[in-house]
Amino acid sequence: MYQYDLIDKEFLADRSAEFRGQVARRLAGELTEDQFKPLRLMNGLYLQLHAYMLRVAIPYGSLNPTQARRLARIARDYDKGYGHFTTRQNIQFNWIKLKDAPDILDQLAEVDLHAIQTSGNCIRNTTSDPYAGATSEEVDDPRVWAEVIRQWSTLHPEFSFLPRKFKIAITASAKDRTAAKVHDIGLMLRQGRDGQLGFEVIAGGGQGRTPYVGPTIKEFLPTDRLLSYLEAVLRVYNRHGRRDNIYKARIKILVAALGAEEFARQVEEEWAKIDAARADLPAAELARIRFAFAKTPFETLPARSEAFETAKANDPAFARFVRNNIRPHKQPGYAIVEVSLKAADQTPGDASADQLEVVADLAERYGLSDLRVTHVQNLVLPHVKLDDLPTVFATLQSAGLATPNIDLISDIIACPGLDYCALANARAIPIAQDIARQFADADRAEAIGELKIKISGCINACGHHHIAHIGILGVDKKGEEFYQLSLGGSGAEDASIGKILGPALPADKVATAVDQLVGAYLSVRDDGERFLDTYRRVGLEPFKEAVYAQAD
Amino acid sequence: MPRLIELVDGEARWTEDGFAQIADEDAIPETGDVILSLARFETEGDALLSSNSRRVGVRVESHEEVEGLAYDLPRIAVVALVFPKYRDGRAYTSARLLRERFGYQGQIRAVGDVLREQAGFMVRCGFDAFEPADGATPEAWTKAASRFRHVYQRGADARPTAFEERAS
Repeated sequence: MYQYDLIDKEFLADRSAEFRGQVARRLAGELTEDQFKPLRLMNGLYLQLHAYMLRVAIPYGSLNPTQARRLARIARDYDKGYGHFTTRQNIQFNWIKLKDAPDILDQLAEVDLHAIQTSGNCIRNTTSDPYAGATSEEVDDPRVWAEVIRQWSTLHPEFSFLPRKFKIAITASAKDRTAAKVHDIGLMLRQGRDGQLGFEVIAGGGQGRTPYVGPTIKEFLPTDRLLSYLEAVLRVYNRHGRRDNIYKARIKILVAALGAEEFARQVEEEWAKIDAARADLPAAELARIRFAFAKTPFETLPARSEAFETAKANDPAFARFVRNNIRPHKQPGYAIVEVSLKAADQTPGDASADQLEVVADLAERYGLSDLRVTHVQNLVLPHVKLDDLPTVFATLQSAGLATPNIDLISDIIACPGLDYCALANARAIPIAQDIARQFADADRAEAIGELKIKISGCINACGHHHIAHIGILGVDKKGEEFYQLSLGGSGAEDASIGKILGPALPADKVATAVDQLVGAYLSVRDDGERFLDTYRRVGLEPFKEAVYAQAD
Repeated sequence: MPRLIELVDGEARWTEDGFAQIADEDAIPETGDVILSLARFETEGDALLSSNSRRVGVRVESHEEVEGLAYDLPRIAVVALVFPKYRDGRAYTSARLLRERFGYQGQIRAVGDVLREQAGFMVRCGFDAFEPADGATPEAWTKAASRFRHVYQRGADARPTAFEERAS
């Protein structure tokens, strides 16, 4: 993993000191809330329905045990004992007092964490594949490039006051776990025919009230030209993105208005004028960063573990966990472990301080001190020996963290919704819990297979409903919470935007409707076919009928 | 006339602004240094510059492109880039292009909604004069601009980047 050096550490200390001064000016009345707002937003501090919310950046979703323990301590000392992992691999604390914020930032800085650029119209935390460095699918380690972008984008002098926020995701696997195609920029590492690495650059994807799957604006960008090309994209956007209407200010609107070809042409034109020698990262620095990620101390192990096989044969609960939460590792004798934060009756993405400490301990003892956050709001122990899996499972189980439901129907993304958020029209968390209860039978959930449900409490789509197999959007109908269902979205490599099923439903009908959709799917699915593929084969009609027929 | 902070060798200080800002509807005075809008500079700039008796500056709004000035830059004393709102970041690009692409040596002045919180970004993009709208003093400005001991990326300033510090 990348280790912060003195430069990185002093940078965070300076940032923390700056914010302490700004908070002092606010508390002393030298700054009004209006003047203070842009300053606190530059440090990830939002004012929500009930309290301040602090969003802490987790660069490319990668944590070490010390950092995870510090997050636990902050949850315990300054929040209500838990934190909430977001769809961009960050964590947010929902019950923060303004006067505590500078102390929290100091405590974060001590372990190389911060809240820089977790809000505001700047380049946000770059997200990446939670399996980076562990999966054999990848053509390169995407964390190398995510770290390059982290440094380049941190307090960027030219691009800190963009028309709107700007999110970059980067993946190096054909199977996309980052939702790259619905980001402002999605970078997909590819190996060219000559063996050279390059990025397929996708721009102008996004969700919100105008969802788009982003078009490819460059098929193959040589990796050593990444920063100059990003500079060109950001410069075209900074100059020409709309600033007259907050809802039309994202880059997706510019790309759609110009057309992908014309946008790409303008980027190429700007790129040609940029002095590559000044804009691109020197090879020596790239090598330094790459080296930091190349040192994972794997042991040489046999591919087969007797302890693992025996436990799997004897313990059905472990076997189920293995089927659903364990993924193959590139290194023989190791596995990737998904830690679900989607237990029934839990708020999706929430982890208590105790749970964070349990996972931190496991990462330290059994996971090469590496821990990841997924954009689906779960955690990952990327490097666990097969031999240790039974122990790790047992520990997770006793902490309520072994729910065997990864990518299954109860592995739901939900935004904080009306329980926390000032923008929401409706609650999202109780709907997720209703559905999780409806499908609590683990055998049935497994039989249904991969089914991604995502819930947003308003059109801003923080819960990613547009890219869900079954999307659920909270709407306000004359002061009552209603929910609009959509089908067929995907945020993965086969990205698509879901289609609205029909009229919105009241809250108490949503879980039943999902049950009806699943019934319709099971009655027409081909062997082994995912819900999404069945939908794509048969279309909306049978599903529409299943939900609305009786009502007519 | 708003007070002007000028940056000289990394130190901010008050300076006497010798330039008159000429609104488009006003006549240009017979003598004295003036700053004109881009539109007016395009029609009347040549005549003013060829008289050689005074310095001329240009005020560029955030939606206007500095590329059109490239040919005249060696004769322009000041480019005043307007921040209509704190949040409007287009002038940062304009400043970098002036310094890095066109090699502009004259003064780049930040006018409009100019707050000390932008100082670091502005200096790094090549601004060297500021009309603060928040009552910031030169001391506050210097402090804000030099808040961070390190920078991660190249800008229009000469500061060594983190990767250059690491390599040295």
